[in-house]
Amino acid sequence: MGVVYRVSGPVVIAKDVENAKMFDVVYVGEERLIGEIIRIIGNNSTIQVYEDTSGLRPGEPVVNTSKPLSVELGPGLLRSIYDGIQRPLPVLKEKSGEFIRRGVFANALDEKAEWEFVPSVKPGDTVNSGSIIGYVQESQIIKTRIMVPYGIRGAVKDIYSGKFTVNDTVGIVNTTNGEIKLTMKEYWSVRFPRPYKEKLPPQIPMITGQRVIDTFFTIAKGGTACVIGPFGSGKTVIQHQLAKWSDTDVVVYVGCGERGNEMTEVLVTFPELIDPKTKGPLMDRTVLIANTSNMPVAAREASVYTAITIAEYFRDMGYDVSLMADSTSRWAEAMREISGRLEEMPGEEGYPAYLSRRLAEFYERAGRVVTLNDQLGSVTVVGAVSPPGGDTSEPVSQGTLRLTKVFWALDASLANRRHFPSVNWLASYSLYHSTIKEWFEKNISKEWNMMRDRAMAILQQEEELQQIVQLVGPDALPDKERIILDTAKMLREDYLQQSAFDDVDTYCSLKKQHMMLKTILNYHDLSLKFVSSGVSLKSILGMKVRERISRMKEIREEMIAEIENINREMEDEFKSLGVA
Amino acid sequence: MLEFRTVSQISGPLLFVENVENAGYNEVVEITLPNGEKKSGQVLDTRKGLAIVQVFGPTTGIDLPNTTVRFKGDIVRIPVSDEMLGRIFDGLGNPRDGGGPLLSKERQEIVGYAINPYSREEPAEFIQTGISAIDGMNTLVRGQKLPIFSGSGLPHNDIAAQIARQSKVLGEGENFAVVFAAMGITNEEAHFFINDFRNTGAFERTVMFLNLASDPSMERILTPRMALTAAEFLAFERDLHVLVILTDMTNYCEALREISASREEVPGRRGYPGYMYTDLSTIYERAGKIKGKKGSVTQFPILTMPGDDITHPIPDLTGYITEGQIVLSRDLFHKNIYPPIDVLLSLSRLMNQGIGKGKTREDHRGVADQLYSAYARGRDLRNLSAIVGEGALTPEDRQFLKFADEFEKRFIGQGRDEDRSITETLDLGWELFAMIPETELKRVKKEFIERYGRRFRQ
Repeated sequence: MGVVYRVSGPVVIAKDVENAKMFDVVYVGEERLIGEIIRIIGNNSTIQVYEDTSGLRPGEPVVNTSKPLSVELGPGLLRSIYDGIQRPLPVLKEKSGEFIRRGVFANALDEKAEWEFVPSVKPGDTVNSGSIIGYVQESQIIKTRIMVPYGIRGAVKDIYSGKFTVNDTVGIVNTTNGEIKLTMKEYWSVRFPRPYKEKLPPQIPMITGQRVIDTFFTIAKGGTACVIGPFGSGKTVIQHQLAKWSDTDVVVYVGCGERGNEMTEVLVTFPELIDPKTKGPLMDRTVLIANTSNMPVAAREASVYTAITIAEYFRDMGYDVSLMADSTSRWAEAMREISGRLEEMPGEEGYPAYLSRRLAEFYERAGRVVTLNDQLGSVTVVGAVSPPGGDTSEPVSQGTLRLTKVFWALDASLANRRHFPSVNWLASYSLYHSTIKEWFEKNISKEWNMMRDRAMAILQQEEELQQIVQLVGPDALPDKERIILDTAKMLREDYLQQSAFDDVDTYCSLKKQHMMLKTILNYHDLSLKFVSSGVSLKSILGMKVRERISRMKEIREEMIAEIENINREMEDEFKSLGVA
Repeated sequence: MLEFRTVSQISGPLLFVENVENAGYNEVVEITLPNGEKKSGQVLDTRKGLAIVQVFGPTTGIDLPNTTVRFKGDIVRIPVSDEMLGRIFDGLGNPRDGGGPLLSKERQEIVGYAINPYSREEPAEFIQTGISAIDGMNTLVRGQKLPIFSGSGLPHNDIAAQIARQSKVLGEGENFAVVFAAMGITNEEAHFFINDFRNTGAFERTVMFLNLASDPSMERILTPRMALTAAEFLAFERDLHVLVILTDMTNYCEALREISASREEVPGRRGYPGYMYTDLSTIYERAGKIKGKKGSVTQFPILTMPGDDITHPIPDLTGYITEGQIVLSRDLFHKNIYPPIDVLLSLSRLMNQGIGKGKTREDHRGVADQLYSAYARGRDLRNLSAIVGEGALTPEDRQFLKFADEFEKRFIGQGRDEDRSITETLDLGWELFAMIPETELKRVKKEFIERYGRRFRQ
């Protein structure tokens, strides 16, 4: 048996660990703290420990489980809340009280719960790794499909139906190596991507109900996005909004090194929210992973892998999954902290030299794929980055920007004036517009892409005009340019700004987005037309309909026909101004 | 308990003790100097045959041959009991007020365990501080951690004392306590707080841990943890609502940097250690409420931003952990406005949970948003008019300019003893809205304009 030789924070060196292999999970000390072997030199194994090591002494035992850090996959994942190494927090609470103590073991999946298993294969069928053998109707909206674990192929000898726990045998497969019993549970080592047949280009947008995202900086299903911003710019609110309203089948949310009260907020609010697509409770499609900032740093490093493995598992059943990681900077810092304890040669700003490789490996696990069982599934990854001092020249921001195709740049100056979401429309981008263009033309409107480009052009012109205004004041501009300023202000305040805390405005369907944008552009065209025919700018700026436009966002989804009325009123009011 | 006389090296605050077989990580040690003086320390790194010990306090007088190190077999703990209230301790938890030691059998580890996120209760009870800039626009709730980002010479102490004095939850009695932790502040500042608590009668409900500027900086690492252990005891075992004031976190971080440098660790930004985020989170995250417990821990850390720079690692990392921040402005201070709170830079992330119908008033969110947007516009125009002159602004713009001035003077500005109710604060907002056209009040619902604003508009 191994013994502890040295303890320095979360890094422990042990001697004589039996059969030590890289990334084996070990139990450290009398309290059986969970750790992972991350370096082997001769007889010495370096272990990163996922729990607080206070009080641990040289000489205490180290036991090797000989298994890599793995997650348990099966029915019971949905609606769960786990720590970074997939221990269910409610079970930890039962076992150790309100505070998370050391050395508590808990199974990820409830071993006593019984699930109704419905088989979809029959004896004699040939099955392969990833083949679906049946399903559990886990919630109103999600069927958890049970798959053959990786590496097993053969003919089904027996298959059962009825109520089973995750440890019960639900089928038997005859393989070349003999009979193998299948349960509804499988294990997967978190640091390895789960296999698939083929990766496809992302061509379908992930609709989030957030106007600035869906209209201007769209993300595709199977794509990657990063949201970068200093503290207080609203990263977490955006991540929460995506977790709430994205039109994916399953959402995995990982709070990595963030605030405890934020996770509580998710736990309190999600069960009360209704998914606009399926009308089921949002919690029914959600898996939460909470490793808050004061929980052990090594488990924080693991939490991101735990999350993406669970996301891939649902992808393999043929679902669209989205993963929100808040915040990847804390994950990178966990790597830095452990690297520092290992006395590795530091790269930029003390981060390990392998930081960008790890980031790349993580974001590459996103994608739209053909699964082993020939279904289409996707994992969309949205990572938050918290750059120190808001300065994005730092390594985590830069490493991430090289990988993600969508960049939502959060802007402190917008946030300070309470323009939320504080996505800066001039700095942000989406590289998916060309691939998802057709989807919008087919499903929303032929003119959608053109409308978006026009609105963006107005916002860009505003920026240029503002520089002149700063020098000479707005009065010096010709009326036409003042109309551009006026429309741009309307776009900013009445379209881009969206309240996450308003019952109605929190979610805006694409249809409503289309109508709202059309109305504003219509207003812009009419203003230009009337002002060039001699109507005074002042009378346009005094129009009553402007207030109606500013309150379009308050219109409920079932009442959006009302926006047509606003358009009619607007045309009438313009006509009443005279000429043109 | 084992005693060793095998110190082989002294480097800064670190002692290298040889031949130690199995010291525990973070174990407490007692060091006896050749002259009989005793000091305490903690194990930072342990291996077979060597323990690296961090000494609390100066290493003056420690030598290699005659210094003995005794390993106490346990990690740092402090005694906790009801008798703590009304007492003053030093940064290591020893009495500083001339009173005897605490007679309590219950000794708790000062390294707090993380609250299970599943056990937390969402903070949602509005705390009325009586300060409009906070109550109206950056509302504090029970269980929140809301720091003051200040600068040297700004009146953060007055504000903290005023908050400690005036804070109350509407419709509730007096089951509160204040835990005050001083890290490296001057004697004078400490006396300001002691006197303020004495004069207002709050002293009997206060526990103070003082590590002053002249005290060893190493002790500063323990001081906030002592204070929070006391706070958790009072909150979760004695059902009190505890307000914890930690001042000054900048001194704490400097002590952390000092230790890191002496351990020859790879420095992060500006020499602060790379794990400072994690370290600070083990302090700040010890605020909150727990399901099924009556008490709460609300934190009010104070830090001075070096050079008023909000991107400095200390305010930066703090802002990433805490639930918002109250930022003080030198500009407003020069304009003689008290409290000089820059509301645009300030934020309370938990505000929405604590306001609205049944908690404060239904129009609260709208009023706050409207105040923000109108004041932000006024401030922009102030910059513009400095370049192009007020004459070049439209009449409407001039109204916003005037609004910004009045808002600073009347809404943000208030007396050091002025305790405004939330109704007064919100009505004051509506009174100021009367200065701008009704069509510009886009952030407030129409019905609220009728219900609350109409009487202020002619």
